[in-house]
Amino acid sequence: MEHVTTPPWAMLAYLAAGVLFIMALRGLSSPATSRAGNRYGMVGMTIAMVTTLLTHGIASLPEIAGAIAVGGGLGFVTARRIKMTDMPQLVAAFHSLVGLAAVLVGLAAYLNPIAFGIAGPDGVIEVQSRIEMGLGIAIGAITFSGSVIAFLKLNGNMSGAPIMLPGRHAINLGTLLAILGLVGYFTQDQAPWVIAVITALSFAIGFLLIIPIGGADMPVVVSMLNSYSGWAAAAMGFTLHNTAMIITGALVGSSGAILSYIMCKAMNRSFISVIAGGFGAAPEAAAGGAAKVQRPWKRGSAEDAAFLMKEAENVIIIPGYGMAVAQAQHVLREMGDLLKKEGVNVKYAIHPVAGRMPGHMNVLLAEANVPYDEVFELEDINGEFAQADVAFIIGANDVVNPAAKTDKSSPIYGMPVFDVDKAKTVMFIKRSMGGVGYAGVDNDVFYMDQTMMLLADAKKMVEDINKALAH
Amino acid sequence: MDFISILSVFVMACFVGYYVVWSVTPALHTPLMAVTNAISSVIVVGALVAGAAEGSVISKWLGLGAVVLASVNIFGGFAVTERMLAMYKKKEKK
Repeated sequence: MEHVTTPPWAMLAYLAAGVLFIMALRGLSSPATSRAGNRYGMVGMTIAMVTTLLTHGIASLPEIAGAIAVGGGLGFVTARRIKMTDMPQLVAAFHSLVGLAAVLVGLAAYLNPIAFGIAGPDGVIEVQSRIEMGLGIAIGAITFSGSVIAFLKLNGNMSGAPIMLPGRHAINLGTLLAILGLVGYFTQDQAPWVIAVITALSFAIGFLLIIPIGGADMPVVVSMLNSYSGWAAAAMGFTLHNTAMIITGALVGSSGAILSYIMCKAMNRSFISVIAGGFGAAPEAAAGGAAKVQRPWKRGSAEDAAFLMKEAENVIIIPGYGMAVAQAQHVLREMGDLLKKEGVNVKYAIHPVAGRMPGHMNVLLAEANVPYDEVFELEDINGEFAQADVAFIIGANDVVNPAAKTDKSSPIYGMPVFDVDKAKTVMFIKRSMGGVGYAGVDNDVFYMDQTMMLLADAKKMVEDINKALAH
Repeated sequence: MDFISILSVFVMACFVGYYVVWSVTPALHTPLMAVTNAISSVIVVGALVAGAAEGSVISKWLGLGAVVLASVNIFGGFAVTERMLAMYKKKEKK
C-alpha cells in the first residue's frame, strides 16, 4: 500500500484524543464531574487538530486559521446567545453541520485521494477506501438533510405535523437500495457521476425519512440523527485510518442509538414504527371516541391552587413541553421557593420524553436554578404519588394519561406514565379544555374528582399563584 | 494501519461507548447530545488534511469549507455544553 505514513507519535496523539473523548462522556455520569469531562473533550479536540496540522504541512496555515476563526466565532457566539428552550433546534442544526462536513471531506478525499493516502500515484483509489468513502458520504448526506428537516420542524418554520407521501415506504426502500447498489458499483468504477448520484440520492432520502415523522417523535429523531452523525465520522475515520475519528464515531454512534432506544421505550413504541412515521396525524382512536359525552370537570382559580398547596405537605411538579413553550420555568422555580418557605416538600418529576429532546426539561429547570437533587426520573418518583398531596402538572399531558395503563385501544397504551391519579389533589394547567396532547387522545385525569383544571397560559397562571402565595 | 486493526479499534470503541453512555445520568442527556456533537466534529481532522493538501484546488476549498462547518460545531458544541453544565447546581446546604 502506498499510504502516507503517519509517524508513531501522531498515532499515539490520536489515540490519546480518543481516550480523552471517552473520559468526556464518562464525566457526564454525574453533574459533579461533568464539567471536568467537558474540559477533557476540549483538550482531546485540541490534540487532534494540532497533530493533524503538524503532520500535514502547514503551507496553507493562514487559510486554515481563517476558516477556524470564522467557524469557531460563529459557533461560540451562537452557543452564548441561544435560549435554553431552543436547545433541540440548536442540536439539530449542529448535527446537520457534522453531516455536511462529512460529505465535503468525503468529496475532497475523492478529488485528491493521494493527499489522503488512499490511492496509488496513478490516482486509482483503493477498493476498500471507495466503500468507506461512499458510505461516509451517504451517511453524512442523510444526516445533513434529515437534520435540516428536523431543525425546521423544531424551529416552527415547518409544521410539526407528519407529511405522508403515498407509497413512501417503497420510495424510501428503493432509494436506500439504489444507494447501496451504487456504492457497490463505485468499487468497480470511480467515475464522478457515481459519487454525485450517491450524494444526491442520500440528500433526498434524509429528507424523505424525516418529513413523515411528527412532532411528538422528535426526541427519537434528534437522537437518531445524533447517532448518524457519529457513524458518518466513523466511516471517514476508516477512510483516513484515523483512530481518534473511529473511536469518536463509535462513541457518538452508540450514544445516539442508546438515546433513541430510551426514548422509544419511554413511549412504548418500536423504533421501526417511529421511522415509519405518521404518529400525531389524524388520530383514529380519538375519532372512534367521537360520540363521547361531555363529562363534568372542575375549574380552579390561582387562589384555590395557592391555598391548597400552602396547606400541603408534599407537592410533586410535572413539567412538560408546554412549560418550555410558555417559558414558565423561572416563575415555576419561584413557586417552588415560596412553597418551600411554607414548609412544603417540593419535588420535580420528569418523564423521559418530556420536551423535544432527551433531558430537555432537566436543562430548563437547571437554567431556572432548580437544584438537580430535587429533580427525579419517572421510575424513582412514581411510587411517591400515593403520599403526595398535590400533583402539579404544567405543560404535560400524555405522560400523565391513565389510558396508557388501562385502555388497550389508546395509541399511547403501554407507555409508562406518572400515577398522578394516586395523588390527593391534581392540578392541571392547560390553556383550554379543547386541545389534547400530541398523541391526540383525551385524558381521564381532567375529569377525576380530585382534579382541578387551571385554565390559562402556564406562565400567567403560575405568576398568579405566586402572587396569591406571597400574601 | 491495516483494516483489521482499524476494525478492532472500532468494535472495541462501540462497546466502550455502549457502557459509558448507559452510565450517563438521564438528567444530563441534553448536554450529552451537545458534547457528542462537539466531539463528532473530530471530522475536522479530515477537513484539515484536505485543506492543507496541494494537488486539487477544489478539494482544498471543500476541505476549508468543512473546516468552517466543523469549527462552528467544535466551538459551539463545547461552549454550549459548558454553559448548560454550569447551570446544574446542588441544593445549598443550610
